[in-house]
Amino acid sequence: MKKQDSSAPARPQNDTASVMRPQSDAVEYLLRLGDDRLVLGHRTSEWCGHAPILEEDIALTNIALDLVGQANLLLSAAATAENAGRDADALAFLRDGLDYRNAHIVELPNGDFAFTIARQFLFSVFSMVQAEALQPSRHVDLAGIAAKMFKETRYHVRHSGEWLLKLGDGTDESHRRLQDAINELWCYTGELFLADDVERRMAQQGIGVDPATLQLVWNAQVGDVLRRAGITAPDVLWMQRGGRVGHHTEHLGHLLAEMQTLQRQHPGASW
Amino acid sequence: MTNAASPVTRERLLAVLDTVMDPEVPVLSVVELGIIRDVEVRGDAVKVTVTPTYSGCPAMHVIERDIEAALRENGASTVEITMSHSPAWTTDWMPALAREKLRAYGITPPGPAEPDAPIAIGRRRLAVRCPYCGSAETELRSEFGSTACKAMHVCRACQQPFEEFKAI
Repeated sequence: MKKQDSSAPARPQNDTASVMRPQSDAVEYLLRLGDDRLVLGHRTSEWCGHAPILEEDIALTNIALDLVGQANLLLSAAATAENAGRDADALAFLRDGLDYRNAHIVELPNGDFAFTIARQFLFSVFSMVQAEALQPSRHVDLAGIAAKMFKETRYHVRHSGEWLLKLGDGTDESHRRLQDAINELWCYTGELFLADDVERRMAQQGIGVDPATLQLVWNAQVGDVLRRAGITAPDVLWMQRGGRVGHHTEHLGHLLAEMQTLQRQHPGASW
Repeated sequence: MTNAASPVTRERLLAVLDTVMDPEVPVLSVVELGIIRDVEVRGDAVKVTVTPTYSGCPAMHVIERDIEAALRENGASTVEITMSHSPAWTTDWMPALAREKLRAYGITPPGPAEPDAPIAIGRRRLAVRCPYCGSAETELRSEFGSTACKAMHVCRACQQPFEEFKAI
């Protein structure tokens, strides 16, 4: 291999985590699980005070609370595995975008209510089948967290799934908005099922699950609700990717700037 | 509450914990809520194993603090609280008496936790009985309410909005 000028920035060579600061598979894997929920939890919390009706304001903020709670447990487990003196708060508030491992779908801006609900449904079904598959994990903490996530996420799936039926089967306007949302979101769903070496090794060790094995169940459950809502999944072949190795859309930086500002300006602040 | 001079025994501390109330649902103690999984006493050092309710329940921090304060007031020299996530908390751990207390307080108690079978979207739910008039003519408003653990309903018979402690 050609020797590189040491001052040149490292360029990503391939789709593995090796371009980043090396960290163990377990840390990497738990960060991916935690970051998906933290970023979506923060996004969902942006609806606080803005939802179309009071019940929805309460529902969305409750779901955000569940997601941030799940992220707290997962990032605590990541911090324990890392054993480098960082806790869940340090991982949430003091990491830059490049070190975030969430999939792109959770960092996209909320858009309208249809977009928020469609994204929530696509991710929640994924999260539910992933949590179910993680319950027998040999990582005892992760197994327990997964069991809890599975129970909570069932409520999330029902919430967004029933909204999908209402919007798809509602007015022309609600149907159009939902179809637009699904069209736009579809190319972000592939990344959820993309397995790399980290995921495959974690699955082989009985700690994690190969996300590719979850796709059939997800397809069936999502497909069933879309069909009943009268919505068609677009015929998209190109799937967006990169979040798992720290390559993000421009939206993540804005989200982190808001989420992290207090701890960045007043390190260690608490109340 | 028993006084600090009594010997520190597991039974007595469990009775003390049965006076530590959930700050969000102050009619239920932490024991009745089913989150106290184990109490271990060595001399006057106490170890309590707690299983959290919801991942993001903000009341858990207050509950931990209240547990520690109550045990210290009753003779524990050190209190170590361990969080156990497996098995996950379920409302099935709530005893019958606690369910009656909830109903009397105006919150419909949880039904049996759902089996893991594929989730039904758009199903007809079994009506939840109104805790005030007992009617089954009720309507679900939202499966999310004032706290993580509650759903909101309205009774069509007595027109009263009410909460349900969700089965999970």
